[in-house]
Amino acid sequence: MSRAARAGVRRGTAAAALSASHEGGHYTSLGVDSRKLGMWLLIASECLLFGSLIVTYLIFHDKTTGGPTPQQILNIPVTTVSTFVLLMSSFSIVLALAGIQRGDRKAFETWIFVTACGGLTFLGFQVYEFTEFVHKGLGFTTNTFGSSFFLLTGTHGTHVAVGVMWLFALFFTSKRGGLVRDGALKVDTMALYWHFVDVIWIVIFTTVYLFSVVQ
Amino acid sequence: MSETITAHSGQTSGEHAHPTPKTYAKIAGVLCLLTAAEFICYYMEAVRSVLVPLLIVLSGIKFALVVMFYMHLKFDNRVFTRVLLIGVFIGAGVILSMLALFNLAHPL
Repeated sequence: MSRAARAGVRRGTAAAALSASHEGGHYTSLGVDSRKLGMWLLIASECLLFGSLIVTYLIFHDKTTGGPTPQQILNIPVTTVSTFVLLMSSFSIVLALAGIQRGDRKAFETWIFVTACGGLTFLGFQVYEFTEFVHKGLGFTTNTFGSSFFLLTGTHGTHVAVGVMWLFALFFTSKRGGLVRDGALKVDTMALYWHFVDVIWIVIFTTVYLFSVVQ
Repeated sequence: MSETITAHSGQTSGEHAHPTPKTYAKIAGVLCLLTAAEFICYYMEAVRSVLVPLLIVLSGIKFALVVMFYMHLKFDNRVFTRVLLIGVFIGAGVILSMLALFNLAHPL
């Protein structure tokens, strides 16, 4: 595409964006919705947060001077089941999004509720795991493994908890009939957050739990 | 001209139709199979020597499937892909450089 043509496309996008903004949208000059772009920017910045927490765990988990080690304490079968639950909640939220995009409110409410329940189940598994670890003598300040493990998985769990609250907020908003305007976009933005929480867990499950067998 | 914006559906320029629920179900099935494969590899002595690269590949495929199909990057505007890749590359750079620093240059 020539430079002039590209400039034309850019002008066309900006004009369309301006037109859309008059219709109530929030479009940038790139032709994408600013709320969706904002969520992607948040996700990109969260990659840095979780990257630093994961590398902190990888550096410090085996520098313990006492207390349980990862090999002694991590419960792989239970965590595999909780990973499966979180992956399936990603599946249910795309079905919720598909439902609201085709105007099927009943399907949307069913699948968004299933997703929220999946998130709650995952949090239940995490509470069970943390409680078990504390009973086995691993606390936040026991050793560097405990500190870096609880910080990483706790930060992720907090993200899941925020996501569950957001899911229930969307569910009850829809029940009251409040998801009429821009409803699909609101759910799409939320779904991006939820999938991000899922992909971060994919990385944590591998680096923290599965790598423990060779560390 | 493809530079159209559908304000009410949230579809923007460069965006294509999203996959069907059937495709989503297939992806979910593949994700379950890959997780099961990871779990089996964890307990297999035979693959212990190549376990780390194997797990990285398996989780990389899972990551890519979720990002491409569930997060719709395969179908959405390329701007979103670029934004994510910047974050992922810097995050991966932080992990690799810190690991190199603490394991090679200054072992604890």
